[in-house]
Amino acid sequence: MSKESNKSITKKKSSLLFINKESEPLFSKKNRVLLTDPLDDNNPITVQVLGICSALAITVQLEPAVVMSLSVVAVMGASNVIVSLLRNLIPNRIRIIVQLVVVASMVVLVDQILKAYAYDVYKELSIFIGLIITNCIVMGRLEAFALGNNVWRSFLDGIGNAAGYGLILIVVAFFRELFGSGKLYGFQVIPESFYELGYENNGLMLLSPMALIIVGIYIWFQRSKNRKLIEKN
Amino acid sequence: MNTESNSYTFLFAALMVLVVASTLAFTASSLKAKQDENVRKEKMQSVLKTIGINTSRDGAEELYKKHIKEEISLDQEGNIDNSVSAFSIKLIREIKKPLSEQRFPVFIAQVKEDKYYVIPLRGSGLWDAIWGYVALREDKKTIEGIIFDHKGETAGLGAEISQQWFQDLFKEEKLFDIKGDLVGINVSKTNNDPKNLDKEDHEVDAISGATITGDGVSDMILERTRHYLPYFNKLDI
Repeated sequence: MSKESNKSITKKKSSLLFINKESEPLFSKKNRVLLTDPLDDNNPITVQVLGICSALAITVQLEPAVVMSLSVVAVMGASNVIVSLLRNLIPNRIRIIVQLVVVASMVVLVDQILKAYAYDVYKELSIFIGLIITNCIVMGRLEAFALGNNVWRSFLDGIGNAAGYGLILIVVAFFRELFGSGKLYGFQVIPESFYELGYENNGLMLLSPMALIIVGIYIWFQRSKNRKLIEKN
Repeated sequence: MNTESNSYTFLFAALMVLVVASTLAFTASSLKAKQDENVRKEKMQSVLKTIGINTSRDGAEELYKKHIKEEISLDQEGNIDNSVSAFSIKLIREIKKPLSEQRFPVFIAQVKEDKYYVIPLRGSGLWDAIWGYVALREDKKTIEGIIFDHKGETAGLGAEISQQWFQDLFKEEKLFDIKGDLVGINVSKTNNDPKNLDKEDHEVDAISGATITGDGVSDMILERTRHYLPYFNKLDI
């Protein structure tokens, strides 16, 4: 009985969200893959090599990396939904411009609202928020996915890809902040006694080349775990 | 409906621009007052912080009124110009004017027995503008406190100038040498005093990887405080 009523609720919900007629559960296996695939098998940074520039720029400390990841999740979720809603109306020839306008206006909107109601967060984020517009992953997912899929699937795809991007950002920032300044999230974690014994922070970790090297090590690690990523020949 | 025809494409583009532009314009103008308020209170908060008073943004206005006794704007020769409100002077616009037309704001604060002169700063970092406030003690030579902020310096490197630990290095440093000449504070890469115990050397330790931002800080302090010399000389007579 309860199973049946559950089913009808799902059905009702899905028709509200313009999902395909044959009422698929919201988190069916096919939909779950949209969320989990970008974390590993199809990671936007380590597999598709998109969004590298911002991954280099904002991974010196953990805090901005976390904040940037959250903002990208919000912007990608929202802009994927908007473009997917408009997908049958957008003229093919100007679709890139339309996508860009959607992303840019979302970003400006978020920026303005934060400036008025969360001024401290705004000060922390303002430069990074602007950077989201230029993030290739956002445009890439709009073009490759949201234009051809329904709203709910596009939403999951946006969240999944932003999370895959954020994962790499946070891992890289973790190592750069730990070895570059001996801190995590701004708190000193390497004790003073280590420094007295002659331990030194590695200044090279603070410079952008090391981000590339850490991403490289991550790819190496990922491929040794996940053999199907290794190209044949 | 043919979404590929020229007329549809034009119509869609025009409609999109209209919708987006009016949404953004509406948001920006309806939030403007609230945003300006935030900026104004932050300025008060910054001025107070240089004289050692930490406050939330909401509490800033009251404490500012209590401790800031005078806001004066000076001309090039150090004369007081009462026609301009010092608080409303925006250095970003002011420094583009010729020197004779510029007005230099100074905020005079009183905390218990001590009097401080707070001077706003503005200069260039690596990527964009940097700014701040410096509070001088009554001798007009010794730094009581300083704060910096920036628009777009690199996080973890240049952006560290807005951190407390960096600003604390400037405390009690002297702007003038023994002969009484203005020398400023040098953010130095070849500092022999990394623990910053010597407060007479006019030097603080630079941040690794942030050379250009550091040079910007040194230049900014020297360049801005220079304009207040005539005023300070008049006070001493």
